[in-house]
Amino acid sequence: MPVKQLTIFLENQAGRLAEVAKILKDGNINLQGFSTTEARDYGILRLVVSDTEKARQMLKDAGFTTHVAEVICFAVQDRPGELFNILEILAAQKINIDYIYVIAGTRLVISVDDIAKAVDVLEKKGIQLC
Amino acid sequence: MNKIKDKSNKTPELYDPQISAAGRQEINQLQLLALKQTLKHCYANNEFYKKRFDEAGVDPDRIKELSDIEKLPFTTKEELRLNYPFGLFCTPLDQVIRVHSSSGTTGNPTVVGYTRQDLDVWAHCLIRIMYDTGVKKDDIVQVSHGFGMFTGGFGFQYAAEKLGALVVPISGGNTERQLKIMADFKSTVLCCTPSYTLHIAEVGEKTGVDFSKLNLKVGYLGAEPWTEPMRDEIEQRIHMTALNSYGLSEVIGPGVSCECLRKNGLHINEDHFLAEIIDPDTGKVLPNGSKGELVFTSLTKKAFPVIRYRTKDISYLFEDDCPCGKKLLKMARPMGRTDDMLIIRGVNVFPSQIEEVLMKVKDLEPHYLIVLTTENYLDKIEVWVEVSDSIFHEKLMDLEFFEKSIESRLYSAIGIHIKVSLKEPRTIARSEGKAQRVWDRRQEKN
Repeated sequence: MPVKQLTIFLENQAGRLAEVAKILKDGNINLQGFSTTEARDYGILRLVVSDTEKARQMLKDAGFTTHVAEVICFAVQDRPGELFNILEILAAQKINIDYIYVIAGTRLVISVDDIAKAVDVLEKKGIQLC
Repeated sequence: MNKIKDKSNKTPELYDPQISAAGRQEINQLQLLALKQTLKHCYANNEFYKKRFDEAGVDPDRIKELSDIEKLPFTTKEELRLNYPFGLFCTPLDQVIRVHSSSGTTGNPTVVGYTRQDLDVWAHCLIRIMYDTGVKKDDIVQVSHGFGMFTGGFGFQYAAEKLGALVVPISGGNTERQLKIMADFKSTVLCCTPSYTLHIAEVGEKTGVDFSKLNLKVGYLGAEPWTEPMRDEIEQRIHMTALNSYGLSEVIGPGVSCECLRKNGLHINEDHFLAEIIDPDTGKVLPNGSKGELVFTSLTKKAFPVIRYRTKDISYLFEDDCPCGKKLLKMARPMGRTDDMLIIRGVNVFPSQIEEVLMKVKDLEPHYLIVLTTENYLDKIEVWVEVSDSIFHEKLMDLEFFEKSIESRLYSAIGIHIKVSLKEPRTIARSEGKAQRVWDRRQEKN
């Protein structure tokens, strides 16, 4: 099953990320992992949290622009070659990866162009999705 | 620093002193005759003007004095635009041999036409300006204004050529080539915008050009507003006399007025243009010395005469005993606009043009801010828009694509590159009255 990821538009300004973190703290929302991508004047913060809807609502109320996207998440072993194993499967099926990052518990979050197909091939290879 | 003055303190001889040094009465007499002819010409050859004069009850044959012009209504840029493209031409198209245009507020640009005689009138205006400020046939004139629909390039080119000078029609841009040609060809005259002149100075200094060793002696700088401190800076850095040149395509292009070497006000070419200053709110004509909106009537143009054209430039008129010998009326350096028109690197930009493009972008919030800055003395224009949930689809690529797509729509509508910056919601201040759409930071020191 795909996981919900919360995405936030952030202007490139000192303290802006801290404001997001404070909102999550105040809402007692646990952060499982995140990644950032930056352009010239702004960036995108991607989060996997314990309660996506609640976090989204709180951020919206505070004036942030947000988006919820579906991504694939699964646990990997902490050992050499794990990333290659996964990527090889996706590459063989010509599934394109938009972005990938690691979250707590040695789990990988991957955004791909064809989620259904990716879930299907990964499960067939015995990879347990979270 | 001031090469013309340094060489000798003698006033250069005048190109046509019988006009430019004539007395007030003589000039006004000349203007009255030309005004009558222009009004008759417009009345006889153009429906718009015929209707307009009839409505105002003005019979061109019964014009007795210059002030009779006050009975006629003003012409606005909007009216020029509504008659796009050739509706206000007063000669058949087979007599028109050139058109130029400037950007319009929305939609259509303003198109202006010239007969062969009009081009000669235009050249005459600029030849007088150049000759009276020391440019002769042995000069090398580097025209760094854009060539194309903009009047700057071709205006100076034709005049300098007719004067017998050597013209270098390099056009704008490619600063390193500008500098190379300036040095190799030994250019003595520069026709340019003041901001681009400063940019040339900056690039030149960075690449080790010693401007004091170049041959530049005088620059005719215009097409955008500038200031006295900017003149000082240009003169110190480029080592040439920097003169303020004024014109607008609707009236003719560059050549409407220009400073003489005394640099105290711009002599108007009064034999070709009748200037008035009006109160922009009431339309009332103001006496010399009063600040208001500049209004011009062309006196000698055939294809595209203008009658009481409202420039929206703020200035005042004055007469003085100018040591240059010219008695032509002067206008002060334009000190602002009555509308919200922005001039970005010589291109006229109205916030409404930008707004029109933005409002057509699906899902864009109706809040925007135009931010003007300078970078290396060149104007930069940027527009801030807010990101909403409906346009935010989590991928950076999508956001960048969104910005680029608006940028290209702005470029095709306005013709200059305007950077689009996405901002967080509510970044742009909401206003309760008239929205502040422009943040001009060009005077701020970086």
